[in-house]
Amino acid sequence: MKLTLKIWRQENANAKGKMETYPIEGIEGDMSFLEMLDVLNEELVAKGEEPVEFDHDCREGICGTCSLQINGEPHGPDKLITTCQLHMRTFNDGDTIVIEPFRATAFPVIKDLIVDRSALDRIQQAGGYVSVNTSGNTIDANSIPVNKHDADDSFNAATCIGCGACVAACKNASAMLFTSAKVSQYALLPQGKVEATERVLNMVRQMDEEGFGNCSNTGACEIECPKGISLENIARLNREYLSASTKS
Amino acid sequence: MGGFIQSSTMRKFAMALSGLFLVFFLLQHFIINLTSVTSPDTFNELSHFMGTNPLVQVLLQPVLIFGVIFHFAMGFILEAKNKKARNVNYVKYNGGANASWMSRNMIYSGIVILAFLGLHFYDFWVPEMVHKYIQSHPEDATRYYAETIAKFESPVRTGIYVVAFIFLMLHLLHGFSSSFQSIGWNNKYSKALKGFTQAYAIIIPLGFIFIAVYHYLNH
Ligand code: SF4
Ligand code: FES
Repeated sequence: MKLTLKIWRQENANAKGKMETYPIEGIEGDMSFLEMLDVLNEELVAKGEEPVEFDHDCREGICGTCSLQINGEPHGPDKLITTCQLHMRTFNDGDTIVIEPFRATAFPVIKDLIVDRSALDRIQQAGGYVSVNTSGNTIDANSIPVNKHDADDSFNAATCIGCGACVAACKNASAMLFTSAKVSQYALLPQGKVEATERVLNMVRQMDEEGFGNCSNTGACEIECPKGISLENIARLNREYLSASTKS
Repeated sequence: MGGFIQSSTMRKFAMALSGLFLVFFLLQHFIINLTSVTSPDTFNELSHFMGTNPLVQVLLQPVLIFGVIFHFAMGFILEAKNKKARNVNYVKYNGGANASWMSRNMIYSGIVILAFLGLHFYDFWVPEMVHKYIQSHPEDATRYYAETIAKFESPVRTGIYVVAFIFLMLHLLHGFSSSFQSIGWNNKYSKALKGFTQAYAIIIPLGFIFIAVYHYLNH
């Protein structure tokens, strides 16, 4: 496959970036998108140029490290996968592929395609946990009966890998889907009920402080989320927030 | 109100409630308008009631005006905040791949509706206020029908009304069902509810268009 890549290059957080064009040849359909970028980088290094920086770790869709806005969509055109699971067979010979970092004020660019997504970590730290006494007589979580339906919904919410594609896709750069997944995961379980009120209030406050936009229910996040996190979680977050506001 | 509106989730909730209130108001307005086609006498009676009943004038009318202003003001505030939340735009943004045109352009359909409301107030509300509260005319409970249909003699005005209602349709196609999501109502009935809201979003504006065109053709 012969392709033309248009890639965002930016020296550092303060530099002014721009799109650069790179023609590339010999790409196999079975290569992953990141392997294709590896090929490009080897060529760049061989020519003595700076390789394109991009985030990746597990390369199997579980860590949430890879990102990239590919042809205007986070994690590319295929659904329910991360960029590392995207294969080049999705594209055609001769295609031009536009590759940009995830864009949000709360995700400043560090270099090239790498953005700082620690805002999501801070939302998590603001309340996305349950306090457990680990002094020696810890009770096994499985000894508390949980309704199957709630357990399934909680598990599904917990599959969020914190990649930030929901923010990248949203026209408002809202982190509502991420936050709602993290709130729901605990709100649905008995262990999470104790801190439910502060959790949702604190996490939403942190989300707002980080400068994410306001959700207007376009649903783009749900479509682009590699883990299929559903909008039902956002509705649950809204309910949790309303009931918490009346209590606090 | 400051604290209430400071959180994104509460802004969303307030937007939804004011929107639902306006959707409900629209139905009431539509039913009254429809009588202008079916029975001018009923139309006069209802208009007279709405125009002179103290409860409607002193309580409901200010609530409505507040609802309208709030919904628009909040719409603009949210738009400004959301623009700020992405300080560098994408070179390529394929919004159509994951969200409907309606949901992505609420601000534009909203602006068209706002402009229309300006005309609508100029056409009906301002003359009503002048008629009732500035010049003191003897009350004539039969004047409303003739005054209303006179506005639809102009093809330009009728055309503007038609276009505005198409934008209202686009606005409601997203906004009505979206309000339920915002107040946390997303469950096994949501699909049916979405069907209902979409039918409403299409039928009510089409009904308004029908009434305007009907009077234009019959003047
Ligand atoms: S909700 Fe989905 S898109 Fe958003 S951070 Fe979690 S996994 Fe990524
Ligand atoms: S690199 Fe871990 S999810 Fe893509």
